[in-house]
Amino acid sequence: MIKSNSGIRKTDVINRRMFIIGAAKVAVFVGIVARLFSLQINENKKYLTLSDKNRIREWKLPPTRGNIVDYFGNVIAGNLKVYQLHIIPEQVENFNYLLVRLKNLLDLSEKRIARIIKLKNELKPWDSIIVSENLSWSQFVKINNYLYDLVGVKPVMTISRNYPFNDVYTHVLGYVSQPNEQEILENETIQERFVPGMKIGKLGLEKRLENHLIGTNAIQRYEVNAYGKRINQLEHQKGKQGSKIRLTVDTEIQKACGELLNEKAGSISVMDIYTGDIIAMYSSPSYNPNLFLFGISQDEWQLIRNNPLKPLINKTLSGLYSPGSTIKPIVAFSALENKVVDTKFKVKCTGKMELYGQTFHCWKEKGHGWVSLKNAMKQSCDTYFYEVARLLGVDRLNITAEKFGLGKKVLGDYFDTEKKGLFPNTKWKKNNLGKGWVLGETLITGIGQGYTQTTPLQLCMMTAQIANGGYAIKPKIIVDSNPVSYEDAKQSMESGLLFDTDSEELIDKKLFKDKKNIKIVQEAMFASTNERFGTSYKSRIDDPKYQFAGKTGTAQVKRISKRERELDLELEQIPYKDRDHALYVAYGPYINPRYALSIIVEHGGSGSKAAAPIAKKLFKLIIDRHDLRNKQSNFERITV
Amino acid sequence: MFQHDRLNNEITLFQKIKNLDYILLISVILLSVLSVFVMYSTDGGEILFHTKNHFVKLAVFFPLMIFVAFFNIKFWHNFSYIIYLIVILLLIYVSFFGIKSSGSQRWMDLYLFVLQPSELMKVAIIMCLAKYFHRIKIENVNSFTSITIVLSIIIIPIIFVISQPDLGTSILIALSGLIILWLGGMKIKYFIYSFITFLISLPFIISFLKPYQKLRILTFLDPDRDPLGAGYQIIQSKIAIGSGGLNGKGFLKGTQSYLDFLPEKHTDFIFTLFSEEFGFIGSVGLLILYSIIIFRIVRIGAISRSNFARLFCFGYAFAIFIYIVVNLSMVLGLLPIVGSPLPIMSYGGSSMLATMIGFGIVLSAKINHKQTIA
Repeated sequence: MIKSNSGIRKTDVINRRMFIIGAAKVAVFVGIVARLFSLQINENKKYLTLSDKNRIREWKLPPTRGNIVDYFGNVIAGNLKVYQLHIIPEQVENFNYLLVRLKNLLDLSEKRIARIIKLKNELKPWDSIIVSENLSWSQFVKINNYLYDLVGVKPVMTISRNYPFNDVYTHVLGYVSQPNEQEILENETIQERFVPGMKIGKLGLEKRLENHLIGTNAIQRYEVNAYGKRINQLEHQKGKQGSKIRLTVDTEIQKACGELLNEKAGSISVMDIYTGDIIAMYSSPSYNPNLFLFGISQDEWQLIRNNPLKPLINKTLSGLYSPGSTIKPIVAFSALENKVVDTKFKVKCTGKMELYGQTFHCWKEKGHGWVSLKNAMKQSCDTYFYEVARLLGVDRLNITAEKFGLGKKVLGDYFDTEKKGLFPNTKWKKNNLGKGWVLGETLITGIGQGYTQTTPLQLCMMTAQIANGGYAIKPKIIVDSNPVSYEDAKQSMESGLLFDTDSEELIDKKLFKDKKNIKIVQEAMFASTNERFGTSYKSRIDDPKYQFAGKTGTAQVKRISKRERELDLELEQIPYKDRDHALYVAYGPYINPRYALSIIVEHGGSGSKAAAPIAKKLFKLIIDRHDLRNKQSNFERITV
Repeated sequence: MFQHDRLNNEITLFQKIKNLDYILLISVILLSVLSVFVMYSTDGGEILFHTKNHFVKLAVFFPLMIFVAFFNIKFWHNFSYIIYLIVILLLIYVSFFGIKSSGSQRWMDLYLFVLQPSELMKVAIIMCLAKYFHRIKIENVNSFTSITIVLSIIIIPIIFVISQPDLGTSILIALSGLIILWLGGMKIKYFIYSFITFLISLPFIISFLKPYQKLRILTFLDPDRDPLGAGYQIIQSKIAIGSGGLNGKGFLKGTQSYLDFLPEKHTDFIFTLFSEEFGFIGSVGLLILYSIIIFRIVRIGAISRSNFARLFCFGYAFAIFIYIVVNLSMVLGLLPIVGSPLPIMSYGGSSMLATMIGFGIVLSAKINHKQTIA
């Protein structure tokens, strides 16, 4: 009885305690369901995203760069299909064996092998190493034949930049190459679209227009497993090729410039005097930008770098030269505008001019005798311009020169290598050299020597603005979205107004007070080329269709000593480095002018002998292509 | 008394079959079928190694459960201590001659399959303690001698299991044992005191933990600490479950498991896969199925005449509950990762064997619920 009693009591205890447990169980299960609810219902989106992030991996492919075309639509920077060889380190079974096999198949150098090993250690195992960026077709076929033995190797067909005209446009376009870390970090667009093996613009327009040219990545989405192995391809999103960019340049003329400056150091610029379109802009010597695409070899690089003619410098924009006598049209114009001289004003040239005990020589030792403005310009009499400069003063001259674009960048921010140059005034000297202006300096400024430094493109623009009747133009190298036609530009200019595409307003761009003064300068330049005793008379073209007006210039690169003046050495007898730069600025045709140009031959000697003859050869081509260009003007409008 | 016993002993086979708990049986069958399908999914939608073996084990152990059920509950009562001792001997054997795998020594090779005795201990300890509390007078429950004895019964196997090392199973054995102590009438204050002692000594216990165990606790506290290392399992498991949503990604469509992001998806993380593919609805459904099983076991305990059967059923129901809670909390990121399988669902022979034997004894208690045991 007692036993059974205690048994009952025990059962009661068990049941009671079981009840407590049961309640606890329900509570815990409810807790678990709550947790499930929070994960699966409340945070479902978050975890779905995470799950997709887990399983979907994107492979960005290099974007295709936009083409750059010349005014006529010829591709001057395009893309070419190339065959490449990549290694994916994580897929390689035996790296050393693979390298030996590849070395034999492709004839890789020890250096290249060392570089691959270095890359392998630097990159993540799933990043592909580019063994060869540009396989020949036969190499590509060979690799494909042995693919079974080359585990982890991936032959890739891809697209690479190509410059079909080789060195013709190097200084305009620049080139593309592998970016370094800093370049990637500096540009957000590059950062976002970068994939190994991608090339970016390193120089010139390729660099400046990077964000337009770059294009968007094609994206391949793969489902991968936990080990990163691709299981299947989900989708392929096509990339968009970068914008096509049309330049104002004419390949035929650009090519001709290159040929004319062959084996010389110098520059030629050609400009439309109304629209400001740059027709050609060639700096010599040039180099082949295609060399940089797949990594330039050390030998080739040294050859370019050590060339005494300095091919790496874009002389058109970054070369600073004393304008020499090519400045004289501006000096004359400034003097006329300021009413310091008139056409009747004459100076007697005796071959030299004395000032405060200092002698200033004219290039013609015997002197030119009594010269008027026209004759002084025609024969490039230095004495006349010393006197005019003295009467004018450097500050007034500076105002005119700067109005015509000297001392300022011509293409704004398009080329970061472009130099501003310098046209001095008294204030500048005081601020920068801390000394007062000396009258003698005004004299030599009047013949384009001294502190004055100009780029060839500035001289070209200066000439263009004289040629178009004295109106400011805005040079450009890219055909913008709203191109002003030749006729429109000319018409609006002659009405005294110019449509400014930036502010979209008609702006008074007159650079003169009296239009007559421009005419006087133009006539003087015409005389210089087309009349007897003119400095470039020998380079004239009589056919009015091609007839042009110009001004020679010879810029001293060092001070001529008394002894040298007496010796009067021939060009060949002077060391190359000491020879004068030959300059020539011109525009044509003389009736209804259309184009201006500037030519500089470094250490070429006198402008009339070395530079002006080049203009003669070039003008025929330029004028002949005018009609073609006119027809083309509305051909295609590309937005940048 | 004897008469009565004999009467019970003379239950015919037909009556035995009739007396089986069919709701429990059907629930177990449902769970088994479900587990085969889930295993099929872990094999990537093919009948491969795991699916095949899991099915074979079910095919062997399910009849074994019925076989166990057909023995009188009195028989199991009588053999409880012996069974406990046999399992202790197996544990001793394993600690000397067991098979080593991934740093621990828990298995013995039985030619047909590899046995993990610690899994059997999860049931054996309940049997042993149920018998002890069945026999002891209620007045003596809190005596020093009995406390010493029951604590020894719990601690001895735990020493062997923890030294394998196998923290997860030791905890489950300890909890299974403690619940019988609780049900058996041990004073509540003892539980409270020992719980406080446990809390105080926790830092010391932690200092004795193996580095990987410590890491697991740290990882549990902050899984993002080392997302690709120790925290990987928890993070991936949460991603899988969370991305399942309301309806799940669909059978065989769980990307997390299919693409191998899930660790140990056949065993401890089987729920994760299930939940990813069948979502919140499926998960709650599975919990309901388990709840039915637990409830049926409790009910069988409640109608049992003998305290042995009652204690065993209540204890075993709690054990099943604890396995589920520990496993789910682990995969849901609510508890640190300790190896503990989900009953029936997880791949693993020993676990299934122990579970099925447990169900068998419960069914035996049902068949013989009128049986009293002296």
